[in-house]
Parts: sequence; C-alpha cells; structure tokens
Amino acid sequence: MKDWSIKELSNLLREKKISSVEITTDYLQHIKKKNPEINAFITVDEGRSLDQAKLADQIIQKGEGDVLTGVPIAQKDIFCAEDWLTTCGSKMLHNFIAPYDATVVKKFNEVGAVNLGKTNMDEFAMGSSNETSYFGGVKNPWDLTRVPGGSSGGSAAAIAARMCPGATATDTGGSIRQPASLCGLTGLKPTYGLVSRYGMIAFASSLDQAGPMAKSSEDCAMMMNVMAGFDPKDSTSIDHKKEDYIKNIDQPIEGLKIGLPKEYFAEGLDSDVAKVIEAAIDQYKKLGATIVDVSLPNTNLSIPVYYVLAPAEASSNLSRYDGVRYGHRTSQYDDLMDMYCKTRQEGFGEEVKRRILIGTYVLSAGYYDAYYLKAQQIRHLISEDFKKAFKVCDVIMGPTAPSTAFKANEKIDDPVTMYLQDIYTIATNLAGLPGMSIPAGFVNKLPVGLQIIGNYFDEARMLNVAHQFQKATDWHKAIPEGALS
Amino acid sequence: MSWDVVIGIETHVQLQTKTKIFSGASTAFGAEPNTQACVLSIALPGTLPVLNYEAVQCAIKFGLATNAEIASRSIFARKNYFYPDLPKGYQISQYELPVVGKGSLEIEIGDTKKTVRITRAHLEEDAGKSSHGAVENGTGIDLNRAGTPLLEIVSEPDMTSASEAVAYAKKLHELVQWIGICDGNMQEGSFRCDINVSVKRKGESKLGTRREIKNLNSFKFIEQAIYYETQWQIEMLEEGKAIQQATVLFNPETGETKAMRSKEEANDYRYFPDPDLLPLEITDEKINQIKESMTELPHLMKARLEHDYQLSSYDAAGITSDKHVADYFFATLKEGAEPKQIANWILGQLFSKLNEHNLSIENSPIKPAVLSLLLKRIQDGTISNNGAKQLFEKLWVNPELEIDTLIESEGLKQVSDSGLIETMIDEVLKNNQSMVDEYRSGKEKAFNALVGQIMKASKGKANPGQVNELLRQKLS
Repeated sequence: MKDWSIKELSNLLREKKISSVEITTDYLQHIKKKNPEINAFITVDEGRSLDQAKLADQIIQKGEGDVLTGVPIAQKDIFCAEDWLTTCGSKMLHNFIAPYDATVVKKFNEVGAVNLGKTNMDEFAMGSSNETSYFGGVKNPWDLTRVPGGSSGGSAAAIAARMCPGATATDTGGSIRQPASLCGLTGLKPTYGLVSRYGMIAFASSLDQAGPMAKSSEDCAMMMNVMAGFDPKDSTSIDHKKEDYIKNIDQPIEGLKIGLPKEYFAEGLDSDVAKVIEAAIDQYKKLGATIVDVSLPNTNLSIPVYYVLAPAEASSNLSRYDGVRYGHRTSQYDDLMDMYCKTRQEGFGEEVKRRILIGTYVLSAGYYDAYYLKAQQIRHLISEDFKKAFKVCDVIMGPTAPSTAFKANEKIDDPVTMYLQDIYTIATNLAGLPGMSIPAGFVNKLPVGLQIIGNYFDEARMLNVAHQFQKATDWHKAIPEGALS
Repeated sequence: MSWDVVIGIETHVQLQTKTKIFSGASTAFGAEPNTQACVLSIALPGTLPVLNYEAVQCAIKFGLATNAEIASRSIFARKNYFYPDLPKGYQISQYELPVVGKGSLEIEIGDTKKTVRITRAHLEEDAGKSSHGAVENGTGIDLNRAGTPLLEIVSEPDMTSASEAVAYAKKLHELVQWIGICDGNMQEGSFRCDINVSVKRKGESKLGTRREIKNLNSFKFIEQAIYYETQWQIEMLEEGKAIQQATVLFNPETGETKAMRSKEEANDYRYFPDPDLLPLEITDEKINQIKESMTELPHLMKARLEHDYQLSSYDAAGITSDKHVADYFFATLKEGAEPKQIANWILGQLFSKLNEHNLSIENSPIKPAVLSLLLKRIQDGTISNNGAKQLFEKLWVNPELEIDTLIESEGLKQVSDSGLIETMIDEVLKNNQSMVDEYRSGKEKAFNALVGQIMKASKGKANPGQVNELLRQKLS
C-alpha cells in the first residue's frame, strides 16, 4: 500500500496516471487486510465503491470533474448515506438503511468522490475512546492495545492505518480533534454552522459540527472546499461567503500572534505532552510568530456546562428511537410502555443511557433553572473569554488532549476521568469556534496533537497556520509501524 | 346557593398552508395513511426542521386581527413526551416566548357586547393520528397530519356561561376563516377547543379548581359539555366534595364528561428551546406589509355597513359573519341593487334556500348579478315582492333563465298605468260603498280592505304603492 495524500491522488487522477478504480481497489484490499484487526469500518461495500470509482473515471476521461473526483474517502457512520447501513455505532440503528443522503455525503457524491465505507464511532458520538460502539472498540494503529480516541475513532484509525487518505468526522466536544491527536492526524472542527448538519445524526444539536480529518492541513483544506457551505435544509447553517481554503494556505505567517491560555498548561496536563507542545510553539516562533499570554478563566467550567447541555439536548434528540417506525424493536412486549422500555433498554448502551438520564434530569421541572439555564449562562461567559482573548491574538494554541492514547479498558468504567479527555476541546464547541489538531511530536512513540483555535470563520487562516508548521516539520508524515504492509 | 362559572378556552386552529410547518410535505386532508409523511414527518435520524414562513404570516394576521402584541422575537421550544403518533418524541411548540401576545376579541350575546381577552397565541406542529384497531391486533399510526401547522389561541378565563363560550368560539371560528388562515372545517379537526371550566361561590374572588375538557370539535358539544361539567362541579361542591384538577373527555353519546386516568396526564414535558431552530424574528416592516395586504376586518366592516348603508346591527352582523357572504353582498351591491334590500334577501330568501340544500354561498346557483337584477325589478316597480319570490324559486332551479323574459312569460309584470288603476279603483269604490263609509268614519282598517279588493280586481298585478297612493287621493 502506498501512503497517498489526497492532494497526490487528485493530481495523479487528473493527470490520468492512475484510475479511480485502481486506487479504490487498492484501498479496498488494504481495508480487507487491516480492518479485521483495527475495526475502523462498520460497513464496507466494495461493489458500490467500485461503481462510484468507475463513474468517476468516466468523468475524468471526458476531461470533466472536480479536484476530488475519483478520490476515495470514508464517511463516519453518523452521516446518512442513501441505501447504506447507517448505524451511528448503535444497536438501536443496527438495521437502519438510510433512504437519503446527508448534505455532506451529497456534496462528496456531487464532486465524484468515492465512498470507501462507513467508519466506526462511539455510540451516537458519545465517548472519547470509541469503546462505546455497539460494533466493538477500534484499535489505535500506533499501538493496538490503545484506543484511537473518540468519537470519530473509526475515521482516525482508518486514516492512520492508511485504509483511506481522509475521512469525514464530527465534533461535539472534541470528537474530531482528540482522535486526530491520538492517531497523529490533522483534523478540523469548523465554526458552528459552516458545515450542514442535515442528515448527520444528532447528538447535541447546538454543539455538533462536521469536519474533515486527513493527514495534512492541505488535505483537510481540500475536503473543506467540498464540505463547507450554506444549506437551506439546516436552519442553523450560516450563510457565510464561499471560501477557497487552499488559495492562501501557503502564505507566510510572520507576525502571527499566538495566544497561549495559561489554563491549558495547568495541572492535569501530562508533562511530556507539555514539552511536545512547547517545542511546537518554539517552532512557530522560528516561523516568525509572536507569543502572547491569554487567559480563559472559565475553562474549568466547560466540562460541567457541557455535561448539562449536551445530555439535555441528547435526551430529547434520542427520543425518536422508540421502536415504532425504524431501527431496533424488542421482540416481545406486553403493551406500549413495555415495548418502549425494552426497546430502549436493549437498543442503547451504557454511556448513552447515562447521558439520557442526566439530560432528562436537568430538564425536569424544578431543576431546569438550576442546571440548564445556569449552564447556558456560563456558556455565554465562556464565549466572552474567547472574545477577549482574540482581541490580543490571532489564534490560540495549546494541547488537544491532556495525554497520549490510553489503554483500552483503562477509563471506560470511570466516566468522569473519560470526560476529562475533552478538557481543552469542549470550550470551543460551547463557543461555536473552530478548532484544529495537528501532529506535533511523540511521547513514547505515541502521537501528540497541537490544538489551534481560531476566531469565527477563520478556518482559512488556521489551515494556513497548520500548513506552515507541516512544511517545516515531518510529524504528520510519520506512519504507524506496519500500516503500509 | 348560587355559583359563578369561569371559563377559559384554548383553541387549536389548523393553519391553511400548502406545506407542513417544518417541512415541504403536503398538508392536504384525507390522503391515504402515511402518503404525506416525508423523512421529517417520520423523524428519520438526521432530519432537521426548517420553518415555513407561511405559518408565521398566518400568526401575524391573527395578531393583527385581535389587536395583539406581535413578538419581535419568539422562541420555538420542544415539548417532550413519548407517544407513537409523536414521531420525534417531542412536539415543536412555543413556550416562554410566543409569537402573539396579549390581544382581545369582542363577542356579542344577544344585544350585549363583551370583550374576551386573549392571553397569547403560539405556533406549533400537530401530531399524527393513532387509529386503534385500524390494523389487526394493534393500532395504526398515520403520520400525514404530523407536522401540520397549528396556532394555539389561549383566552383569559373571561367567559361566565356556556353561551358566552359558544359565542367566543363562533366568533373566533368566523375570524380565522375571514382572515384566511383556517378553513374552519370542524369535522376534519381544523378548529378544536379545549375548555377550562371552574366554579366558585357567587362573589368569591378566588378561582375554583379547574377541569379541562379536551378536544371539542362542535359548538353543540361545547355547549353540552360545559353545561354538564358545570352542573357536575356544582353538585360536587354542594355535597362538600373538593374538585380535583383534571383533564376530562366529553362523550357525545351520553352527554357526560369524564376524567382521564391520571397516569395519562402525569407528564413533565421538559420544555427547552429547540436548538435546531433559530429564534423567530419579525420586523415592523414585515408586520406592516401583512397589515396592508389584509382585507377589512369583520367588526370594522360591520360598523361601515351600519354607518354607510344604514343596515341594522343584526343585518350587518349577518353579512359580516362570513367573508364569502360579505363578498356576495358587495358583488350584488356593485350591480346596482339597494343595500338594505340586498341584506334582507341574502339573510332571508337566499340563506333559507342555501340551508335547505346544504350549500355554501359561493356555490349558490343564483349569482350576485342575477339577484341584483331581480331586486332592481322590484325597485322599478316592474314586479312585486311576491312576484320576485316566485321568480327566485324559478331561477334557483334554472339560473340561466333571462329575468325580463321570465317576468313576461309568468305574467308577473305589475300594472303601473295610473289610468288603468284609477278605473279599477272607481269600480271597487262603487261596489263597496259601506267600506268607504266606514273609512270616512275613521276606521283605517277599511282602507286596507279596499286595497285588498283593488289588488284582487287586478289579479295581484297592480303596483301596490300606486294603488295606495291613488286610493288616498280618491278618498280625501
């Protein structure tokens, strides 16, 4: 297997040096070989992928098509794709064949990209280790005893194991950035509202945002050019001017002001990870950036706020899984209430149930003001923290996750420790800001991610900032041992 | 012991939009089950609501028609509960910030006018329908109705009797049809009321415990249900028992109300703002735009009919009870007939014929132009009122007949030749000297008897006005 980038594939295809069918076949073979071990894919459909590849080749032969025509990517199983099994990592949807395409999927189809399959994920995107998936945990290609992070763990592991050059992912509290960090990849969570949520199975509607995951900033930028854009089918989609994320990616970053929030380097951060991050910041200084100290004083409140708001929305969003119309329904029941209870008892896993319970509780009469309303108020304060910080800097940097990939089963029985995985990423979701993770080095042969947080709609600059780092370093080119064989 | 009755009404008005409130699926009634259920109506994973602005326009029209506050910013909230015909497991409604705020509606009970305050009106989506026993051993779920836009109109507890409640419901029913936001079809459930009833000792300021009668879709049921419920509550209290707050159902078969099982209503709806929808923002400009596009409101038109055309309050109310009736009135007026006469004929002859054939006025075989010509022929003396009634019957069956030809062929033309009438008068006076004497001695009745004789002599064709006038001259 070759370690192709999306950019290389795009060039080779357009120069007709290789066909989409050839590339797709190579990836499908590699998936066949690697996936039984990694478990990054829930669904692979070779026939369908190859049909798309053939079609792409015809388009390219005619001299038509787009930059990504014929390029194979994988889709997180949270996105509905017409006639594909779409499970969201849950038993509840183990049999759900989507009858329509999510806007993100539709956009990739329209440019002629090939769908290699649906990637594994934490159940309903609730988790930071991909261990809550009904379809089994995913292994981290850097160390098979460790988790790939979550919830987009399948997308991350698939790219890290070179089963695909890029994949879609979603991020509600860190679900793009943390797995990108743990698997040595580049991942971008865009500004809330920049990428359509239509057809993306909801976890927490006011926080969910789709984004690209790939090996480099350039590849993410190419995917963003397809994914971003206003969608009238999503009322929270923002009618922002269409941008070309590649155009200015190579601009020098001299004079860039990087804000370092002191709260992101405080207690709880692994000291070796801290060293990697500091070295990355030094690299940016060499590239001409200046450093300013900033403060995000409400950082410590972001996890409690998140674990009120996200479960509240989730408890309501997941009410539709009642066994009446689609998905799992228990086989035996006495009456309606019995059907509801057994269906949901059997269909949802532990973590999902935990969050439905929390969410139902915080919205209950008598608790709403103390929890939900209070959390909304603090959410506003957290946004204000960022607003202040961005007055003195262009981007904010820090670690993506407090540690490198941890062992499977290490935290799964301790939800609160697991929740701390997202301590540096959650605040950006609460504020609706874009966040990115790029490979910045290693600790004990495990990748460490540097987080870049930008101002609203500043994705182009973030991709540029990331790209300049990747031009100067090789961390993003590292390949897990045996990934190509 | 005497009691005060306190009644407040929540009305669900189905809005007349082409598509559902949050999706592009059709709202037409009566389609095969689940043929109008799009991916959103089924609540497939990943689907998202997009507000149909047509529904918002309806709400604004209602706000304007009831002189209500229209919120510049209102919020859609989720009302969470599980039921098989509620596909998302929550209903999108408005809770803390509704689109329409405080307003009012004037009702009339006999000659008394009363203002009923409106608390609020909010937009929400309807649920689907459960048909128990529609499938073997189970319940059928039809999601065609799921997502149909509703405006829930909440009144203050300002009504004190069943007749006031019915007057309010009727007035509201007329209004929502008048402004074109609802088809008013109560059988199909387009207009249904939940009635909150409580009683308290006369003069007591503290309200009694209320019970809510759910889902009444006829004025008759509203009246019967309130009557029964009121009596029941009074009896309970007079027996010294306490009223428990409850939701009750009205059984039209027995005419009784009965509380639902408490389990069915023990819901904590866990309202919270729907994160899938942005706050609804309405500018003054938008409100003004809609205001300008709206037709004259019924109460304003009624005042105008009374003032400009000297219609009685009763006639003006009749004409403005329905937009189509008003349209018919003005169309007839435009053809040149006289307004009072038009109102009389619409509310009398035409209405009784329409009722008899169960027709709405838009489907009347006799069109405004025809009625107008008929009335003009009365006015110019060509035919008598009675003659016109006979023609009306003919025209009802055969509306294409030509009126003037018909007058000739039916021999209904009045005699208006004064010479001819005078000859007849002379003849009658000569043969009825005793009546003439009676009249001269002061008996007015004798005059009418003489007119009768003259009309008889003319075989009913003499113009009665002329007969009157000429007879007076002769006898003076």
